[in-house]
Amino acid sequence: MKAPHSLAKNPMYKDRALYMMLLPGLIYFLCFKYLPMWGILMAFQNYSPHLGLLHSDWVGWKHFARFFGEDTFWLLFRNTMLLAIYNIVFFFPLPIILALLLNELRAEGYKRFIQTLVYIPHFVSWVVVVGIFYILFTTEGGIVNNLIAALGLDKIQFLLAPEWFRTMVTSQVIWKDTGWGTIIFLAALAGVDPGMYEAARIDGASRWRQIWHITLPAIRSTIVILFILRLGHFLDTNFDQVLLMVNSLNREVGEVYDTYVYTNGLLMGQFSYTTAVNLFKNIVGLILVVGANRLAKKFGEEGVY
Amino acid sequence: MSYPSRNLNAAPNQRLNLNRKRGRGQLFEIINATVLLLIGLICVSPFVYVIVSSFSLSDSILPKGFSLDAYRYIFSTNKLVRGLLNSVYITVVGTLINLLLTSLMAYPLARKTLKGRSWILLLVLFTMLFHGGMIPTYFVVKWFGMINTYWSLMIPSAISAFNLIVLKNFFQNMPEGLEESAKIDGCGDWRVLFSVVLPLSMPALATFGLFYAVAHWNSYVSAVLYLNDAGKWPVQVLLRNMVILANSSIGDSSDFVDVVIPPQPVKMAVIFVSTIPILCVYPFLQKHFAKGVMLGSVKG
Repeated sequence: MKAPHSLAKNPMYKDRALYMMLLPGLIYFLCFKYLPMWGILMAFQNYSPHLGLLHSDWVGWKHFARFFGEDTFWLLFRNTMLLAIYNIVFFFPLPIILALLLNELRAEGYKRFIQTLVYIPHFVSWVVVVGIFYILFTTEGGIVNNLIAALGLDKIQFLLAPEWFRTMVTSQVIWKDTGWGTIIFLAALAGVDPGMYEAARIDGASRWRQIWHITLPAIRSTIVILFILRLGHFLDTNFDQVLLMVNSLNREVGEVYDTYVYTNGLLMGQFSYTTAVNLFKNIVGLILVVGANRLAKKFGEEGVY
Repeated sequence: MSYPSRNLNAAPNQRLNLNRKRGRGQLFEIINATVLLLIGLICVSPFVYVIVSSFSLSDSILPKGFSLDAYRYIFSTNKLVRGLLNSVYITVVGTLINLLLTSLMAYPLARKTLKGRSWILLLVLFTMLFHGGMIPTYFVVKWFGMINTYWSLMIPSAISAFNLIVLKNFFQNMPEGLEESAKIDGCGDWRVLFSVVLPLSMPALATFGLFYAVAHWNSYVSAVLYLNDAGKWPVQVLLRNMVILANSSIGDSSDFVDVVIPPQPVKMAVIFVSTIPILCVYPFLQKHFAKGVMLGSVKG
C-alpha cells in the first residue's frame, strides 16, 4: 500500500481477486492433502497420539524392517496381486465386448434402452451391491442357495468360504461396472465415419471383417491406454468393497493393504507400523503410475498426467 | 433390424451376394439383440427381485403375497429416518461446498496469464499420484476437531482434483470475449465469475453436482472412520451394519433395531429405501454423464 502506483502495474496485484478465489482451495489442498503427507513421518516413529508428531520417539526403519520380515507382507502381496489379476483377466475385456455388441445394434431406441439398463448398477453404493450379493447368496434363505438345495445339492458358503472370495469380489465388479465401462469405447466408436462401413460392405466385407478391420482399430488406442492405466493402478483394490467382503473366515485370502491398515491401525492402534505399510504401498503405486504413464507416451498416446 | 436401403444401390451381382448375406446378418442381429437384453436383465433383475421381495410375506424361493410388514418394521423406530436425514444433510451441504470450492479454484486456474498457475497445478496433480494415507489423514481430521462431526464427511473431500482439472479445462474453453466485454462494462473478477461465467456453466455445474452428490450419498467409509456417534451415521452405515455384518454373524445389529438377525424382507426394504434417491436422479444422471465424460476428454 506504500506505493500504489507501482503496485497497480504489478500483475499479481492486478489479479488479487483471482488469488483470493484460489485461497480456499489452496488451503484445502495444503491441509487435507499435504499435511497428511507430512504426517507420514510417523512411520519412522513410535507415534503416540498423546505426544504428537513432534515429541514421539524416532525409531528409523524399524517398522519397515518388521513389515518386510513378516509373513503378512507376502500374504498382503499375494492377495492384492491375485485380486488385480482376476480383475484384468475377467473384468477388463468385458466392457470392450459389450461396447462392440452395442455398436452392432441398428435400432437407436433399443440401444439406448439397453444402455439405460446396464448403467444402473454403477450408481448404487458398494454397500448396496455387496448387500444384494449377501441377500442372494446367503445360506440362510438366499435365493441361490435355496435353488441349490431344491436341486438336492449341498448349500455353498459363497460369502464365508475363502475359495469363493475372489470370485465373489470380481463378480461384483463385473456386475457394477461393465456397463459403465462401455461409455468410453462407445464415445470412440461414435467418431468412426459410417462411410467406412458402407465402403467395406460394398466391397463385400462380412460383419466380422468389418469389426476386425474398422471397429477394433478405432478403439485400439483407447484399449491400450486403459490397459496401461489399469497397470498403473494395479495395487488399488477397491477399499469400500473389500472392507465389506472381508470377514473373520476369509481374512487369509481377503486381507489387502488397505483393510490391513484399517484394522491394525485405526482399530488396534498400531499407528506407526500401519503408516509404514501404507507408505510402502503408496510408493509402489506412485512408481507404477508414473511408469505406466511413460509407457502410454511411448505408445504415442498423450499420457494422462 | 435390416440392412439400410442404401445397399440396394450396389451393383446387381453384389446385390445377389448381399441377399444371401442378409439372412445371416438378420440372424446375427436377432441373437445380438437377445444377448444384450439378457445382459440388461442381469443388471436390473437383482434390484427388481429385492424390491418385489421386500413387499413379500415369506422367505420362500420366489416372493409370495403382499405385505408392508417389513416397512412397518423398519420405520417402527426413528433410527432409519434419522440415518436418511443425516445422509440428506451431508449430501446437500457437502455438494454445495464441493461446487463452491471447486469452481472458485478452477476459475483462476483457467487464466493462462495467472502468475504461479503452473506451480499450483503441479501441486494439485501430485495429490492424484500420491497421498498421505489413512492414518495420517485421520490424525489431521482429528487435529482439526472434526471427529464425530458432519464436517469430517464434507471438508476432507471438499475438492476432487480430477473434477477441478476438468472444470478448469471447461472454463478455459469458454469464449474469451465474454469475460472481456464484462470487464469493459466495469465488472471485477468476482462479478465476472458469479454473474457471467457460472450462470453460463450451469449444465457443467449440474453434471459435477450430480457426481459429487451421488458420491456423498453412497459413501460409507469416511463415516466408519470418523463418526463414532450412531446418531450421526448416514444411511449407508446403517445398511452395512444391518445387511452385511448381521448376515455374516460377526456383527451386532442391536443398535439398529432389537433383533439378532433381521429377516430377509427387512434387509431388502432398507436397501430399497436407501436407493430411492439414486433411482430418482438416475434420469438426470443419464442425461448428464455422457456430457461429463466428454468434458473429461477435453485436454488443455
